Amino acid sequence: MIASPLIRALDRVSVIFLGLLVIVALGVPVLNLLLPPSSAWHVPTYLVSLFGKYVCYALLALSIDLIWGYCGILSLGHGAFFALGGYAMGMYMMRQIGTRGVYGHPVLPDFMVFLNWKELPFYWYGFQHFGFAMLMVVLVPGVLAFVFGWFAFRSRVTGVYFSIITQALTFALMLGFFRNNFGFGGNNGLTDFKDILGFNVQAQGTRAALFAISVAALAAGFYLCRAIVTSKFGKVLIAIRDAESRTRFLGYRVEAYKLLVFTLSAAMAGIAGALYVPQVGIINPSEFTPGNSIEAVIWVAVGGRGTLLGAVIGAILVNFAKTTFTTGALAPYWLFLLGGLFIGVTLLLPRGIVGTIRHWWHGRRGRTTGDVPLMATPAE
Amino acid sequence: MVPHTATLLYLDGITVSFDGFWALNNLSLTVEAGEMRAVIGPNGAGKTTMMDIITGKTRPDGGEAFFDGTHDLTGLDETQIAELGIGRKFQKPTVFESHSVEDNLLLALKSDRRARKTLLWRETPEVSGRIDRLLETIRLTPFRDRIAGGLSHGQKQWLEIGMLLAQEPKLLLVDEPVAGMTDAETRQTVELLKEINRDRTVVVVEHDMAFVRELGVRVTVLHEGAVIAEGSIDQVSANERVIEVYLGR
Repeated sequence: MIASPLIRALDRVSVIFLGLLVIVALGVPVLNLLLPPSSAWHVPTYLVSLFGKYVCYALLALSIDLIWGYCGILSLGHGAFFALGGYAMGMYMMRQIGTRGVYGHPVLPDFMVFLNWKELPFYWYGFQHFGFAMLMVVLVPGVLAFVFGWFAFRSRVTGVYFSIITQALTFALMLGFFRNNFGFGGNNGLTDFKDILGFNVQAQGTRAALFAISVAALAAGFYLCRAIVTSKFGKVLIAIRDAESRTRFLGYRVEAYKLLVFTLSAAMAGIAGALYVPQVGIINPSEFTPGNSIEAVIWVAVGGRGTLLGAVIGAILVNFAKTTFTTGALAPYWLFLLGGLFIGVTLLLPRGIVGTIRHWWHGRRGRTTGDVPLMATPAE
Repeated sequence: MVPHTATLLYLDGITVSFDGFWALNNLSLTVEAGEMRAVIGPNGAGKTTMMDIITGKTRPDGGEAFFDGTHDLTGLDETQIAELGIGRKFQKPTVFESHSVEDNLLLALKSDRRARKTLLWRETPEVSGRIDRLLETIRLTPFRDRIAGGLSHGQKQWLEIGMLLAQEPKLLLVDEPVAGMTDAETRQTVELLKEINRDRTVVVVEHDMAFVRELGVRVTVLHEGAVIAEGSIDQVSANERVIEVYLGR
């Protein structure tokens, strides 16, 4: 009962899950790199990258579950933080291209040469340094979320109104990034990356390493979220989710709690985006489309809101289904399936996959659970 | 018992209107430290709005509200007022439904409310001792690990009173504590409130005249946002204005 906050975070399921992630992070690269392609156990490189991409989505889903599942903040613009992290990483890799670009300019990326720009805009300064770029991966989404959240939470913008302005945020950023004179490559975005920290991004070894790092980041993100939600801070978050004004009358500064968790969540989404970009090889403004952010919320709903594990499982399952569907004859119907999935889950499986299993498990053992209430009953 | 010398709560000429409707109309009320006060009045008399003013949920259009002599309540928000030592129990029981009874009390316990303190917080034997004592006071010891959402209506009311106590406020505002309670539960609630009043000031808003009679404290009658009578329950029930308001002409 009187356990250290760092140990308290690890219940049996979390330990099993983290153990599984370690096995995957080490095992998949080994099966990919050390076994010959003829072996039945060989994992092809394209699959490593594909699942690496899913793992980044899972980290994004985790960041959404932290604020939505535990604090009731439904952000429909989290794709924006993901994309900003991605752009920061993309800028670093653009600067690494150097003279190898089509125009061979030592400093300016190709698209700037093409637009007849003479010098690098000031906001591209420093991105040739990996450390600086990584700092920006966390800082840019974090600061944007902090400023945005500071205004929104202080003005007590909640519920659907908050969701709508987050949609507006990501839409506005999308329009901005689509413009050529914004300085981020317009609608083509940033692509044609050559290497990262001196390693060829296309190389099998780099891809396997990126996969392992992504899984490690997911494990770290999961552990961090667990530590937060099992702390007293986490209990306050749940209290805010269930009865915000009650929490306020108890003397908690609700906006400070929301702001902290929202900023943290945005930084996590930024890291997910930064790991995503080298694995897919491109970042463009379509990552800001409002639909993307909504899709990420669907992953969480399918997996089970307020369970953390569910966010990870939902993101991987839905994206696996998406890949399967959109590469076959059923491709035109994917969006119908996705929409149907969301309605189906809401009606038939309101707790999501993990939530339903957990509810059933606790019910069987005659225990009551601390589930997310199916219907919010806000206090007046 | 706290000596009846200082005024703990002072409301003077409070006026609130919502779209031209006067919810409070020149309301004045003082509550002494250590007192228990019952506030009654028909529906729409402004009882809940008065609580909203005191706790910072609503800003008055005019008038003064002071707590403990020096704190101007009209310039503070809910969190600041809660920190000053005013606790509030809502009309509809509002507990944190998905937390256990224990965690509900833990969140309410007087402690540092800042985010960085709660992040690194650890449970101590002293805290669980305080929770033990609270559970005894509100008669919920066997329900410690229960999820609050599964409690009966009366138990939720008590849990909320327990959460109020855990805050160690100077002033407790209790809005309709016995609404929906059985007679036995109502009697227990009377005892509980009297027990609490031994070292805290309490303002109870209630409809139920029998309950107010059992409390046996000074009564303030509100009607259309203003005080129309004040005194013992026998005095106010003999007041013609009160009879008129309650029974109609």
